Amino acid sequence: MSPLSLEQAPPWSVPLRFFFTAPLFGVAAGVVGAWRGAELVSTRWAPAAVAAVHLITAGFMLQVMVGALLQVLPVAAGANVWRPRLVAGVVHPLITVGAVALAAGFLGLGQPALQLATVLLGAGVTVFVVATGVALLRSPAIGPTLPTLKLAVLGLAVAAGLGVSLAAQLGFSLPLPLGALVDLHVAWATLGWGVMLVAAVAYLVVPMFQLTPPYPLAVARAVPAGLVVALVAWTGGVAFDSRALSWLGAVLGAAALLGFAAQTLALQRRRRRKVTDTTLRAWRLGMALFALAALVALVRRALPEAERLDYLAGVVMIAGAFPAVIFGMLYKIVGFLGWLHLHRALGTAPTMQQVMPEAPARWQLRVFLVGTVLLGAATAWPPLAIAGGAAYAAAFAILFGQLAAAARVQRKATGGAQRKQPEAGQRSR
Amino acid sequence: MTTISELYAPHHRRCDEEFASAEAAAAEGQWDKATEATTRFCAMLEAHLGSEEGTLFPAFEGATGMVGGPTAMMRMEHQQMRGLLGQLEHACAGKDADAFAGAAETMLILMQQHNMKEENILYPMCDNAVTGAEVLEAIRTQLAK
Repeated sequence: MSPLSLEQAPPWSVPLRFFFTAPLFGVAAGVVGAWRGAELVSTRWAPAAVAAVHLITAGFMLQVMVGALLQVLPVAAGANVWRPRLVAGVVHPLITVGAVALAAGFLGLGQPALQLATVLLGAGVTVFVVATGVALLRSPAIGPTLPTLKLAVLGLAVAAGLGVSLAAQLGFSLPLPLGALVDLHVAWATLGWGVMLVAAVAYLVVPMFQLTPPYPLAVARAVPAGLVVALVAWTGGVAFDSRALSWLGAVLGAAALLGFAAQTLALQRRRRRKVTDTTLRAWRLGMALFALAALVALVRRALPEAERLDYLAGVVMIAGAFPAVIFGMLYKIVGFLGWLHLHRALGTAPTMQQVMPEAPARWQLRVFLVGTVLLGAATAWPPLAIAGGAAYAAAFAILFGQLAAAARVQRKATGGAQRKQPEAGQRSR
Repeated sequence: MTTISELYAPHHRRCDEEFASAEAAAAEGQWDKATEATTRFCAMLEAHLGSEEGTLFPAFEGATGMVGGPTAMMRMEHQQMRGLLGQLEHACAGKDADAFAGAAETMLILMQQHNMKEENILYPMCDNAVTGAEVLEAIRTQLAK
């Protein structure tokens, strides 16, 4: 591996396998919502709720993160992951089967499935964290993205480690403190991995996609610092059984999330690019949902009896905010990769909008919003979860259809290479 | 003393401004305005790419001995950008809003990921490796055109 590479992308197949698999987990999460909706709303401990959450996190989110980081690291950090094709070939089946086994374990298959999930997800995340960690440590890049990205990979490692401990406890009946571990796992997965990763990526892509000013350096440093202090306080609160520390962690975490969302929305209002596309809408939606999730989490702290608010916070943050931001990213990444790959192969290519058209993306985001709102409203009236889950599954199915259509454009263009014409207006120097 | 980053990075922002003007005008169907802005954008970007290829990259390669690495990739991306510049000009000539929007979107992402690599990685390396006053003055003149 070269210590410095300004490569544009690894082979097309490396990220694409993750991007194609990811929406199927979203479809499955929607189906679980529609099928076991009333149970989902009742308590965070409901097995169906745990299954649905992990279909989105260990399924959809993890798949996209792995694919996108293997793709984006050369751009963000100037360093290629060691043998990306091999890493992808090993990690993809491990985390795919692992996430399916995890959900299946909670949905009724029990201990054998959880044992399998423990081993496969643990191994898959370990390989990914080591491969990307080495690339990140060797990076010569400057800017706020790199340190935040390192923290996000560390956050994933801790969250996955805690998750594996929990699954091992259930799968292998180990004597570990379940409640304390769950709290820590949730905190590290949402703040240490999810929000940290979104922040790292946002520092990179918000100015890039909308031509906004860069994040002020003080904010770009304060958000990850706030998240780290929140997690340390939270962890200390659990370890020393201190309610005060846990409170501090929750309040700091919510404040960091609110601050990040508000700053992102403020930057987007100052964008120089006047065209409003679905990526911008998806990111705005994601930021609004992050802010709402932070408020719901704070209210939940003040109302220990309101257990249904756990469900609402989960829907807003995990089912809503994270996927919305990810959709915005995928529309651009897949469109650009499609163009790049064809341009390299043929010297000419359909534009990004021909690979990933705007109209279906707009519909996909609308259906997703309907599904998320209905799932959230099920907090008050649980039967709504049936329609909400169905719409939610449909949104991910549409996304899968968009990716399949992008692959068809790719195949068609490659197939027509023999009949290649000089591209209109092609400029040379 | 002025650095390579201080010369080139603000010029990226100026190119972005022209790009955004051209894209907004084309989206509103104001083709005269879009054509003017596209022409300015093409000229400004070409000055930028030409300065890097003609002055910065040779100076960097001479100072570090790194000939086939980052600068080769940057040159390749410059060619990809030139292809898209041609498509933007062609779309303006034909007043084709869809073609313009498609080429502009692709141009934006290609240009921004390219700029990011330069500003976060290559320029900081150049700041250390390329410090000759003559080179810096030549770049300043080229970017002022």
